[in-house]
Amino acid sequence: MRAIRLVAINVFRELVRDRILYSLVLFAILLIVAAVVVGQLTGGEDIKIIKDLGLAAIAVFGLLMAIFIGVGLVWKDVERRSIYSLLSKPIRRWEFVVGKFCGLALTLLVNVAVMTAVYYLVLAYMGSQATPFQRLAWLAPTVDPMLMVAIGLIVMELTLVTALALFFSTITGPFLSALLTFGLWVAGHFNADLRALETFVDSAPITLIGDVLYFVLPNFAAFDVKAPVVYGQPVPVAYVATTVLYGLVYAAFVLLATVAVFQRRDFK
Amino acid sequence: MVAIATDGLTKQYVVGFSGRRRHTALDSLTLRVARGEVFGFLGPNGAGKTTTFKLLMQLIYPTSGSAEIFGRPVGDVSVRRRIGYLPEQPYFYDHLTPEDLLDYFGGLFGLDAAERYRRAGALLDEVGITGADRRRQLRTFSKGMLQRVGMAQALINKPDLVFFDEPMAGLDPLGRREIRHLILNLRDRGCTVFFSSHVLADAEALCSRVALLSCGRLVTAGTLSEILAFKVKGWELVVRGLTHAALEHARSLGRILSATPIDSERYALELPPGQAPDAVLADLVQHGASLVSLNPLRDTLEDYFVRQVGQDGCAGAGLAPAAGGEA
Repeated sequence: MRAIRLVAINVFRELVRDRILYSLVLFAILLIVAAVVVGQLTGGEDIKIIKDLGLAAIAVFGLLMAIFIGVGLVWKDVERRSIYSLLSKPIRRWEFVVGKFCGLALTLLVNVAVMTAVYYLVLAYMGSQATPFQRLAWLAPTVDPMLMVAIGLIVMELTLVTALALFFSTITGPFLSALLTFGLWVAGHFNADLRALETFVDSAPITLIGDVLYFVLPNFAAFDVKAPVVYGQPVPVAYVATTVLYGLVYAAFVLLATVAVFQRRDFK
Repeated sequence: MVAIATDGLTKQYVVGFSGRRRHTALDSLTLRVARGEVFGFLGPNGAGKTTTFKLLMQLIYPTSGSAEIFGRPVGDVSVRRRIGYLPEQPYFYDHLTPEDLLDYFGGLFGLDAAERYRRAGALLDEVGITGADRRRQLRTFSKGMLQRVGMAQALINKPDLVFFDEPMAGLDPLGRREIRHLILNLRDRGCTVFFSSHVLADAEALCSRVALLSCGRLVTAGTLSEILAFKVKGWELVVRGLTHAALEHARSLGRILSATPIDSERYALELPPGQAPDAVLADLVQHGASLVSLNPLRDTLEDYFVRQVGQDGCAGAGLAPAAGGEA
C-alpha cells in the first residue's frame, strides 16, 4: 500500500505542477462565467441553462483531463526511461500501475471538486439575483444538493475513462490511446442503440454482435443523469448505487487487464 | 559468497514485421560476481551490457536462462531492498528536485522522514549536488548533474550491491575522479560494485575483475592480471641531444624499433622487449645523448580490448577460450 500511495502522490504532485491542468481548470471556470452571461440573455430559463452548461463543462473538462493525462501517464515514464530507476526499487509492477491510476483519479477528484465549488458559487449568486416571480418558475432549488448526484456519477465515469486511457497507454502510443479511449467513450454513450439493432436489421448474427457489444462496451450513457437532475426529477438511489457498482467493477477489470499487460512487458 | 549469478542468460528480440527473425542481444551469459568485488563489465556499443543490466533489474525478461542476486531470483522484492541501480543516461521525474526524488525513493524503502532527509543530505553532499541545486527541478539539470543525482538515488538504501551502467558517462574529468573515489569508498564499505564502462582506464583503476562482452557473447572474464598477463612488451626511452649518426648506428644494430622526434632536442625511442635498455642507453650516452625517461611498455586493457573485439566490434567474439562459458 505504501508504494501505491507514494506513486499516487507523485502523480498528483506532477499534475498539480503541470500548467495544462491549471489552464483546463481556468477554462472550466471561464465557461461557467460565460454561462452566466448566456443565462442573462434568456428570460426565465437562465438557472436551468447554467445548471446544464455547468454540468456539461465539468464532464467535458474532466473527460479531456482523464484522456489526455491518462494516455501519457505510463507512456511518458517508459519513453523517458524514468521507470528504470523506479522499478529497481522495492515496488511491484502492479503497484506502479494502481498507483498511477489512483494518482490521476485523485487529481481528477480534486479538480472536479474545484469546478463544483465554482459551479455552486455561480448558482448561489444567480439565485440571490432572481426575483420572486422568477423563483416560481423554477423546477428545482438553485443550489440543489441533487446536482451532486450528477457530479458524483461524472466522477465515476471519469474514473472509468482514466482506467481505459491507462490500459491503452500500456499497449500503444499516446495518440492512438487517446483516439481509442475517446472512441470507446463515444460508443459507450450510444451503446443502448446496439440493443435496438433488431428493429432496424433483420439479421440474427448482426443482432447477436450488437448484443455482445452492448454488454462488452462500457455503458457511459448510464452515468449521465444531468437532464433529470436539472429538471428536478428524482434519480432513484438504487439506480445510482448499481451504476457506481457497475463503474467500479468495470474499472477494476480494466485495471486487471492493464496490470496483466504491464506485468510481462519488456522495457527496451 | 556470490552476489550475482547468471546461468545461460539469453535475450532475443523479435525483429521485422513477420516476427520470424530474431536478434540475439545476449547469448548464454554465465557469470559469477563475488561479494565485495568491484566488477567491470566491458564491451563496445551493442555488446549486450545494458541488456544484462536490464535483465538483472527485471526491466526485461530473459528468453532463456536464469539470474540470481544474493541467491534469490532477480524479481524478488527482498532483493531490491539490498541493491541500487544507476541506469545508462538516467532520467528522472523532471518536476522533482533532487531532494524530492531522494525523498520519494527513500519512502519506497520504508525509511522514515527524518532518515530520508538525513540520507538525502549526506548523499547529495557525496555526489557534489550542493546549495540551491538541491531545490532546483531536475528538468533544469545538465547530463552530468543528472548522472550525479542518479548515483545518489542508487545509494539511498545503503545497498549491499550496486549496478552502475556507464557511471562515468557525461562527467567531466573532475566528476569522474569523484565517482572513482565513490566507487572505491563503496568497496571499502563492503559493497559489491558491478559497473559497465567504455573508459577502460577506469576499469583498470577500479576493478578487481572484469568481463569482456562482444556481440552479446562473453569473450572473457577474470582478474586484470590474468587477462593482460602483465609482461613487458618493450621499452620507451626518451633521450635528449641524440645525434643523427648515433640514431642510425643504433638502428643498424637493431637496438631500436622506432624513433619519434618529440621536439627539436628530444626523441622517443621504442626498444624491443629482448633488448637491455641500460646497454642501449650507455651506448647513446657515449654519443652525447642524455636520459630524459625510461618506461616499460605493457599491454593495456585497451590493447586487449581492441585485439579481442576487433575494429568491427565483433571479430573477437567467441574466439577466446572463455567465450560463452562460465566466468
